[in-house]
Amino acid sequence: MRKISRLSRFNIASLALGFAFLYLPILILVIYSFNASRLVTVWGGWSLRWYHALFADRAMIEASWMSLRVAFSSATIATLLGTLAAVALARGERFRGRTLFSGMLYAPLVMPEVITGLSLLLLFVALNAERGFWTVTIAHTTLTMCFVAVVVQSRLGSLDRSLEEAAMDLGCPPVRAFLSVTLPLIAPAIVAGWMLAFTLSLDDLVIASFTTGPGSATLPIRIYSEVRLGVKPEINAICTLVIALIAVVIFIASLASKLSSSQGESAAPL
Amino acid sequence: MSARRIFARPARFAAIAPYVWMVLFFLVPFGFVLKISLSQTAIAQPPYEPVFDLTAGWTAIRAAFAALSIDNFKLLTSDDIYVYAYLRSLSVAVTATALLLLIGYPIAYGMARLPKRWQAVAMVLVIVPFWTSFLIRIYAWINILQHDGLLNQILLTLHLVSQPVVWLSTDTAMYVGIVYSYLPFMILPLYATLAKMEPALEEAASDLGAPPGAVFWLVTFPLSLPGVGAGVLLCFIPIVGEFVIPDLLAGSNSLMIGQTLWLEFFTNKDWPVASAAAIVLLAVLLLPLLLYERLQRRQLEER
Amino acid sequence: MTDELPRTDAGEKAAGAAHPAAGGPLLRIEGVVKAFGTFRAVDGVSLDIKAGEFFALLGPSGCGKTTLLRMLAGFEAPDEGRILLGDKDIAQALPHERPINMMFQNYALFPHLSVRDNIAFGLKRANMARADIATRVAEMVALVKLEGLEKRKPDQLSGGQRQRVALARALARRPQLLLLDEPLAALDRKLRESTQAELMELQRRLGMTFIVVTHDQEEAMTMADRIGVMRSGKLVQVAGPRELYEAPRSRWIAEFVGDINLFDAESKLRDGHRLVIGTRDAGTLVVAEPRQPLGEAKFSVAIRPEKIKLSRRGPVSEAGHETAINRLDGVIADICYLGGTTTYKVKLDTGGTVQASVANSARLDVDAYSLNQHVVAWFTPDDCMVLPS
Repeated sequence: MRKISRLSRFNIASLALGFAFLYLPILILVIYSFNASRLVTVWGGWSLRWYHALFADRAMIEASWMSLRVAFSSATIATLLGTLAAVALARGERFRGRTLFSGMLYAPLVMPEVITGLSLLLLFVALNAERGFWTVTIAHTTLTMCFVAVVVQSRLGSLDRSLEEAAMDLGCPPVRAFLSVTLPLIAPAIVAGWMLAFTLSLDDLVIASFTTGPGSATLPIRIYSEVRLGVKPEINAICTLVIALIAVVIFIASLASKLSSSQGESAAPL
Repeated sequence: MSARRIFARPARFAAIAPYVWMVLFFLVPFGFVLKISLSQTAIAQPPYEPVFDLTAGWTAIRAAFAALSIDNFKLLTSDDIYVYAYLRSLSVAVTATALLLLIGYPIAYGMARLPKRWQAVAMVLVIVPFWTSFLIRIYAWINILQHDGLLNQILLTLHLVSQPVVWLSTDTAMYVGIVYSYLPFMILPLYATLAKMEPALEEAASDLGAPPGAVFWLVTFPLSLPGVGAGVLLCFIPIVGEFVIPDLLAGSNSLMIGQTLWLEFFTNKDWPVASAAAIVLLAVLLLPLLLYERLQRRQLEER
Repeated sequence: MTDELPRTDAGEKAAGAAHPAAGGPLLRIEGVVKAFGTFRAVDGVSLDIKAGEFFALLGPSGCGKTTLLRMLAGFEAPDEGRILLGDKDIAQALPHERPINMMFQNYALFPHLSVRDNIAFGLKRANMARADIATRVAEMVALVKLEGLEKRKPDQLSGGQRQRVALARALARRPQLLLLDEPLAALDRKLRESTQAELMELQRRLGMTFIVVTHDQEEAMTMADRIGVMRSGKLVQVAGPRELYEAPRSRWIAEFVGDINLFDAESKLRDGHRLVIGTRDAGTLVVAEPRQPLGEAKFSVAIRPEKIKLSRRGPVSEAGHETAINRLDGVIADICYLGGTTTYKVKLDTGGTVQASVANSARLDVDAYSLNQHVVAWFTPDDCMVLPS
């Protein structure tokens, strides 16, 4: 490692300002969620008042429950499908329809959500499917499996291929070699993929708005309709809770990747 | 040269399930968007016709094809509201992406120059906000920018302004929101290329007599261009279709295309026009999308 | 302690497949071809490997030696030709179906498994009883002297220790044939030398058949009983180390294996058992007649640098054989001191240059020559080789 710091004053200043910009708004939000006063202007001392108000809000609780269920199911299906897709792309060599396949997997990563949401809604309408939990879950799975595929594929790509060969050389048929050597080694990436899928689903407003039906709003839809009406301290509280939940997920993720860090670089979530 | 042929066969079987899923829930829906964009508006549920009715047989399908029209696209090009929305979307995306590059590059560069173990920490610090909800981050700014929000309070206390400034519902607020939300997308690809760069290259340049500024512009920046490309595309494409940020932070007198689409769909219930707008949006983004897809694939497959 | 290890009882699955008739080869490669697109990586190689042999495949990178090894392991299937282990054609068999194991270039140790589990990996796949696995692993650990490290993970081991784990893992199944892909490339020089000796000792003690791929000619010469030199997918010479060095089949091999002085021939005259050859750069040279008759093809005279002697006035004691000795006058143009030897570059009066390698047999440099000093470089006809260009 370098002994002499290559950091200039400009580097330090841009890092400090950059991270302040990224974190201050969230910090302010969290602090104000504990404000006893209704007005943002006035600091009325620390209080859990808005959290109490939040837990009395049935609609908000229901939306949260819906969001958690959707996030859990869609992340799980997406991890399964995304991992399969990553294996096919990283180990399948050339096969018919490969270009279309990888195109379909990369496009949703950047495509405007309004398009994905709209197109899925039109499909569900045409199929005459009842919109609600399952339609949102399917929509979120479609989006998030692409993220899982990218995360897992990048891990598979950086894995030493001779490990799989060594397993075969030592008596494993190909599928067995994959299960006993490759899978344990890409497990951290799969876990990271699941968590990415989970938080993306928990976060999504646009696609959920298109694909959900009346009476089954997700948490972001609920927050969005409240926010349009102006700032409410309860929103600060629910946002703080979501941030806390995500912080816990990230903490578990980093713990998991630390436990398996002896297996080389851990997969970055992006 | 590797165990490719042996592994390829079972690996291809793994493609079946995700392939079917993506065709069903990604490709086929596009067919629907295309078809409905060519349909007539109707006051009904669903609010469009014709629907392909496969039970009615071949003649019905032919009739359905005959009934397709490009009226919706004509509307999109003739009505100023739509043309203006596309132009505004593009100009907002260009400006915001330029801002992001300007702000993100120094941060990524600073990160790449940190000692190795601090780099990992900085990396996590950049990713964490990305994991926290998009909506929450926009909401956090509403908190700060509102009439009696923190920013105005600070400005008033410092006597920089005599009365509260209107921040919300302005383009400034929208750009702050976009930059804030998309900054990690710009920083991460930039950092990835900058961190991979051999420090000896910069040292060699200064050894050969280049002053620091020249080292940066002659060596560091050209070598980071792949990262710049990835970051720019990763931000530009979704910003063009952005809905939430302009909806919550910008004024309502000029709309971006994502908002127009949303409005046509949810408020005006004009699904055919909304679909046509989506098709045009996709057409506008086709080139950057293809560029990005190629970049991604090369990065993942040529290791 | 491990002397009672039975010889190659591996391949429980493929038992009976390879019990070669006494004297017959263990492995027979027949006309094997492997192409990647239009590039023929291995282009018609035939080779027999005897049981108990230490064989080296030597060649520059890209010559096809690794591809050939991978075909033996089963990672590539040949497009043409047969690979016979005993009397069974295994060319199309999958890696896990072969009683052959491989030690990978970067060892390919499973990072998530301990040393013990790495070594036991192949045994578990062979459905060995638990107790037998434990015994065999202990045996292997002792064999490669890794006692006390069984619970470590690969990233807690030094490079040399990792190499031993890889070796133990590949040997644990007692394969009929062990393939080693650049086994020493990742080790530093000192460790490489001691490991070479250990590998040879182990191979002899176990009586196993080893095929090693290397680009390092010194490594191949030190370890192998026989060496196969590959170039552009073809096996150009198979010989013992000494024959390869002293009687290479072509100019290319002579240049690839060790250093050599080469002079293009312009004319030739027969003189009894000798040839008198006119060269442009070194005048007339007298050489022993080669075993294979020279056709009309172009050829060169080749002399290894250590065969060339230098003196201030030319050979003294051999005055009687003066006609038999090649004698080239010149001045020292360059001196390269290498410790054990010194290499002198001599600019000849006839225009060419020769390299002579002289042993530094005395500590003080009484025998050393200095730059621009006039010297005579001389050598006997028997030291010369005649090689087709």
